[in-house]
Amino acid sequence: MMGSENPGFEEAHLFASREEMESLVLDDPLTTHHPNNNNSYSSFRSANSSVSESTRHPLSPPVLSNPADSDPLLSPPVYRNPNASDNNSYIEPPSYADVIFSPFDDSSANEINRIDSTSKDPDSSFSLSRSSSSSSDYIKITVSNPKKEQETANSLVPGGNTYYTYLITTRTNIPDFGSSEFSVRRRFRDVVTLSDRLAEAYRGFFIPPRPDKNVVESQVMQKQEFVEQRRVALEKYLRRLAEHPVIRLSDELKVFLQVEGRLPLSLSTDVASRVLDGAVKLPKQLFGESTAVVAPHEVVQPAKGGRDLLRLFKELRQSVANDWGGSKPPVVEEDKVFMEKKERIHDLEQQISNASQQAEALVKAQQDMGETMGELGLAFIKLTKFENEEAMYNSQRERAADMKCLATAAVKASRFYRELNAQTVKHLDTLHEYLGIMLAVHGAFADRTSALLTVQTLLSELSTLHSRAEKLEAASSKIFGGDKSRNHKIEELKETIRVTEDSKNVAIREYERIKENNRCELERLDKERRVDFLNMLKGFVVNQVGYAEKISDVWTKVAEETSGYARDS
Amino acid sequence: MEQQSQRSVSGSVQSPRSPSSQPYLCVSVTDPVKLGNGVQAYISYRVITKTNFPEYQGPEKIVIRRYSDFIWLRDRLFEKYKGIFIPPLPEKSAVEKFRFSAEFIEMRRQALDVFVNRIASHNLLQQSEDLRTFLQADEETMERLRSYETGIFKKKPADLMQIFKDVQSKVSDVVLGKEKPVEESNPEYEKLKHYVFELENHLAEAQKHAYRLVKRHRELGQSLSDFGKAAKLLGACEGQALGKAFSDLGAKSEALSVKLQKEAHQLLMNFEEPLKDYVRAVQSIKATMGERANAFRQQCELAETMKLKEINLDKLMLTRSDRVGEAEHEYKELKAASEEATKRFETIVRLMNEEIVRFQEQKTRDMGIAFHEFAKGQARLANSVADAWRSLLPKLEACSFA
Repeated sequence: MMGSENPGFEEAHLFASREEMESLVLDDPLTTHHPNNNNSYSSFRSANSSVSESTRHPLSPPVLSNPADSDPLLSPPVYRNPNASDNNSYIEPPSYADVIFSPFDDSSANEINRIDSTSKDPDSSFSLSRSSSSSSDYIKITVSNPKKEQETANSLVPGGNTYYTYLITTRTNIPDFGSSEFSVRRRFRDVVTLSDRLAEAYRGFFIPPRPDKNVVESQVMQKQEFVEQRRVALEKYLRRLAEHPVIRLSDELKVFLQVEGRLPLSLSTDVASRVLDGAVKLPKQLFGESTAVVAPHEVVQPAKGGRDLLRLFKELRQSVANDWGGSKPPVVEEDKVFMEKKERIHDLEQQISNASQQAEALVKAQQDMGETMGELGLAFIKLTKFENEEAMYNSQRERAADMKCLATAAVKASRFYRELNAQTVKHLDTLHEYLGIMLAVHGAFADRTSALLTVQTLLSELSTLHSRAEKLEAASSKIFGGDKSRNHKIEELKETIRVTEDSKNVAIREYERIKENNRCELERLDKERRVDFLNMLKGFVVNQVGYAEKISDVWTKVAEETSGYARDS
Repeated sequence: MEQQSQRSVSGSVQSPRSPSSQPYLCVSVTDPVKLGNGVQAYISYRVITKTNFPEYQGPEKIVIRRYSDFIWLRDRLFEKYKGIFIPPLPEKSAVEKFRFSAEFIEMRRQALDVFVNRIASHNLLQQSEDLRTFLQADEETMERLRSYETGIFKKKPADLMQIFKDVQSKVSDVVLGKEKPVEESNPEYEKLKHYVFELENHLAEAQKHAYRLVKRHRELGQSLSDFGKAAKLLGACEGQALGKAFSDLGAKSEALSVKLQKEAHQLLMNFEEPLKDYVRAVQSIKATMGERANAFRQQCELAETMKLKEINLDKLMLTRSDRVGEAEHEYKELKAASEEATKRFETIVRLMNEEIVRFQEQKTRDMGIAFHEFAKGQARLANSVADAWRSLLPKLEACSFA
């Protein structure tokens, strides 16, 4: 399912000798409180199919060097004690969906993270779901199977241009798609196209940002690694698109997921045609030969560099006028509420970014703790062996036994720290995800601003045209019998005014549409964010509790076994 | 955190304990105070002795001592009591700015306390006159003794003789065609030597990781504190129920940070330091082994020299030389010295055999305590962590239904 699947042979290099770890006879399986079983876990996974199962992860600690180090929930650590009666002792951490969450009282307090398979209640709504209405709808997208392909037509480079394609498989029960399972092969360029087309068609929406082109990285990195990194990023991106309530049903996405072959580019995104158009049009526009008018249909898109140079200039002039507070623009960003929200979003973004950074540092610290604890354990294992081999006195054997007790506990604790960390990474990753979403928000706000600018530009242009027309009429009326040439000009002007009026109306409608999109999306963002963050906090906390309890058990046992040495205080 | 001073029992272990009549010698090293200025600044300690030993000014005596005084004591004991593993001293600080940090001072104080008490509870060492001097003499006397020791007179005549003898033995080795210095061919002792050297390596590694673990606790504490602050800020931004949840999380995180720093300190004092102490103890054993090797060499070469002298004497007696008397006299002296050297060596061997048993037992006890404290601390920490986070769960649950 996820391309290269590694059965979870973890960080061998962390430990001086993995064989030592494996041969450790951990004679007290940690099963007393955690009869966790695989079944509960798999039901969790299928229920949350859209949960991102990314492996390579910005927050993932660098020590998890294996790029396909899959979800630790998937595969057991290699150093499981083959002698342990309960094979589940070390595998699954208490993922929060497995936790019973009953009305909180003292007796169940201890139950919280002792995964008790007998009293499971998956419907206890511990983890809130995002979709309120159609929660049974799903679109499950998988990106896999990268293949190298040859550029067929006119390759200037001998040997041809090669590129990679990825197999994109979709499974869905949404009727609009017409089929429940289908695949298509796509290259990254198609993804860029998709993203551009979505940006055009869905102005004002919080569209998930697409993966970077990473031109430098593609040259510098190992091919395999780069392709894998890109595969993961693509999957994440497409899944996010599929989560968006509006975009998931868009034509653009449908075509992308279902129709084989190069994605058709609309006029506005075709770079070549854009530049050509612009270069041709500009002189005419400047010398007033063609209608220097923004056609209504063009108004629904922001002015783009290549073809709309004149419009760009006008809008730039307008924005400067706005900034310098010259003539008060008739359409003011009156929405104080919006401005406040924008401030808030900006503030929120800063805090999320900060929290994300600190979360990364926390994860690293946890990782290091686990690592050092493990190394300490190993050092004591060696000491134990040594003392046992060279023992000349009973006191040495006693000491060796004590050391073994400590060492075993340290190794166990080390594993727990690292399992805890893997879970922590998953949960706190939500913060990082939202940073990506903030980018989308910026985009949507920018759509609004540029639409408003278009409206303002048209309005001021209209007022200019009107005053020109008035002047001409006034001058013309002074001449008895009419001024043929001036009248002709007035007619032309009136025509221009009409077209501009149309454009203005379209622009205003577009602006209002985008405003509404913004509003809806903000609402959605707030709602979803609350749920996501709450789930994140719960997941984080539950994991901390669960693992802290496990670690405490381990050490309490050692304290008991060494209680003979307790100092009389 | 002061270590409980061990009660010393001189005489038979079976004798019943009766508080008033039982001899005891208890010492505490306390109250570090910074004295002096600038480069010459140093720490002084109050050394309190409680005893009913007749030779001591009892029942309590307090003196002021500094680190170099302890070194003096250790050196004197090392010289006088060859064969006994002299308790180790904490190291001099390598890094200047660390010298007066509260943590370093506390660690050193603890180690010095342990040092003196170990001497006081050793049935032979506790008889030492130098110990008495250390514990009782006034500060001026102590200063005089100390500077005498560390001054140019450090190399005492006995030492010079030793150096001379070493050179002599090396020369005679070469002359006699031996390439290696003479060593015991005792397989058990060989085993012990191998053990001691290996042990030091293993312990050093364990201690290194223990120290790192202390650091990790501090780092985790710091990151929890930073994360807590960030969560609080985010909470302020979010507002409402979610905002409160973040704030609460942040507060718990910060509280846990404090616990982690505390545990780091405990770990340092009660686990890492004992391990370091263990390493030092092994190094002390190595030093004693060096002494034993010296004693053995001395004994060997004196025996050799004596034999040569004997042969020479016989020769002289045959030739009825008038140097016979002189030679006889020299021979008698050599014989006495040789016997003494043999006795010295055998004492060292005997003492070492006792010491090694005592050492192993002591270390099992010390490590047992250290492990116990370590486990207790880790369990305590984990419980705090679990409790703190657990307390958030009902609030988080309440949020979902808000």
